[in-house]
Amino acid sequence: MEEKITQKSSLYRKEKIYAYIFISAPVIGFVIFTLFPALYSLYGAFTDWNGLGQMNFIGLENFKELFKDEYFYKSMYNTIFMMIGIPIGVVLSLLLALALNRGVPGTNVFRVIYYIPVISSIAAISILWQWAYNGDYGLVNQFLSVFGIKGPNWLQNVHTVKPALIIMAVWKGLGYTMLLYLAALQSVPKTFYEAAKLDGANAFQTFWYITLPMVKPVTFFIVVTSIIGGAQIFTEINVMTPTGGPEFSSASVVWYIWQKAFGNFQLGYASAMAVVLGIFIFIVTYIQFKLNERSTFDMD
Amino acid sequence: MEVVLNKKTKVNVMSEKKRNSLINSILFVFLSVGAIFMIAPLLWMVSTSLKDKQDVFALPPKWIPETIHFNKYIEIWEKGPLLSGIINSLTVAITVTVVGTFTSSLAAFAFAKLRFPGKNKIFLLLLTSMMIPYPVVMIPQFIMFSSIEWTDTLLPLIVPGLFGNIMMIFFLRQYLNSVPDSIIEAAKIDGCSYFQIYYKIILPLIRPAIAAQLILWFMGIWNDYLAPIIYLNSPEKQTLQLVIANFNATYAIQSDYPLIMAASVVALLPMIIVFVIFQKQIIESIAISGIKG
Repeated sequence: MEEKITQKSSLYRKEKIYAYIFISAPVIGFVIFTLFPALYSLYGAFTDWNGLGQMNFIGLENFKELFKDEYFYKSMYNTIFMMIGIPIGVVLSLLLALALNRGVPGTNVFRVIYYIPVISSIAAISILWQWAYNGDYGLVNQFLSVFGIKGPNWLQNVHTVKPALIIMAVWKGLGYTMLLYLAALQSVPKTFYEAAKLDGANAFQTFWYITLPMVKPVTFFIVVTSIIGGAQIFTEINVMTPTGGPEFSSASVVWYIWQKAFGNFQLGYASAMAVVLGIFIFIVTYIQFKLNERSTFDMD
Repeated sequence: MEVVLNKKTKVNVMSEKKRNSLINSILFVFLSVGAIFMIAPLLWMVSTSLKDKQDVFALPPKWIPETIHFNKYIEIWEKGPLLSGIINSLTVAITVTVVGTFTSSLAAFAFAKLRFPGKNKIFLLLLTSMMIPYPVVMIPQFIMFSSIEWTDTLLPLIVPGLFGNIMMIFFLRQYLNSVPDSIIEAAKIDGCSYFQIYYKIILPLIRPAIAAQLILWFMGIWNDYLAPIIYLNSPEKQTLQLVIANFNATYAIQSDYPLIMAASVVALLPMIIVFVIFQKQIIESIAISGIKG
């Protein structure tokens, strides 16, 4: 009896040791490349860090300056403004998924075509669209001229640069969200629809009371991840409007952080901005989780 | 009453079938128009890359150039470090995904099947890294790597990935939940070491999940832009995405759009080929990731 117990515990100890060895790489990686840098950013935000001299603690100076910095406000506004693309993309992709879910002929081909922009590199796509938005020879204005519309010089115009970036983002992301919706729609039990039919529900009612609630978790996933991603928009801005656009009208927060940190070496200031961005993302995500919880509760 | 109802539904079914096929054909037209919008810019890119300078600025534009010029596809290799860009991108993506997949799957095995104190707490801690955006850690990371003189090398892009990827750990762990514990107990009784259990039993079982996650990760690294732009300065050290962005910055001034587009086509093509080949696995794994998430 006693022997058995010691044997078991030695087996367990062995298991424990191996488990810790197996998880050691990600844990060490997390500490070195995420936890430590994140804490260091937090500390750096309160210093006059410039990468060369000493880091002097300056209290809330960076944050005070930040909330007076009109470029910061502009970049924040631009970043949030460009998230208009998220609801547009969600609606469009849900419609597409609904269409494909009916078993329209060529579903597979459509799926592949709509998905190609998703797998394409954002740098190449940005280059392509920069050319497409060219005021005189670009594809977009050529297309508009067919309808007698004279398109603007999209990326050089304060009023059109953000819509231009939004259109491109919707185009690029559509296939991804469509795919998620399609998978969600296919997992809705057929019996739900049959029951609704027997109850005499019309197409809109079926959509509103069955489809929409059933795909809600996916909508939630899409909105949360899109906002987290959208808050970090950088590459398209950097490639298409290298100077942050006319009158800073397309600069995003991450673009501004990047510029301050690696252009001006104001590392402390940039860290403060990064911390604000991180907190912003956290709060928005937290609110969404809370709202989601509440409305799910209401449904029950 | 019942008879009437039956008749009614029968009629409904008949007309519904007709209506359904009508709706489907209308939707087909809409989807086709949408598909044209999706694919047109990409075709435009290919078309531009095959033009000479006059054709590029022709009005109205020509989709099929009068004479097709392939010379830009030769020029790009001389006018910029495209080849070294491809090699650098491959070096980073292959090293990270191969080693990182090993470390991630090993950790996923431990999190899913082994018993040890603090398991859930450690896992949750790792999950928080998904909540910390890259811009928050990039500045200290940069200073860290520059203090050991790793800037302008591929190491800052490779080394962090070798320690694994929490997304992959998360999905592999989910996948492993469907593997019965009894298989592992049986292997233990047979005298397998824990590493042998991983290598001989777990790894073959989760191969499809690994493949899907590996492709997604590979694409993510291949398309990454922010980290490379921070670390890489010398042209011959840059990854493919930076190389084509520099093509764009340099040759747009000279209006050499065919050259820029040719370079971009070369940058896009590998991923599109990978996608078309592994289409089914990629689409499935994305669908799963959405539903599980």
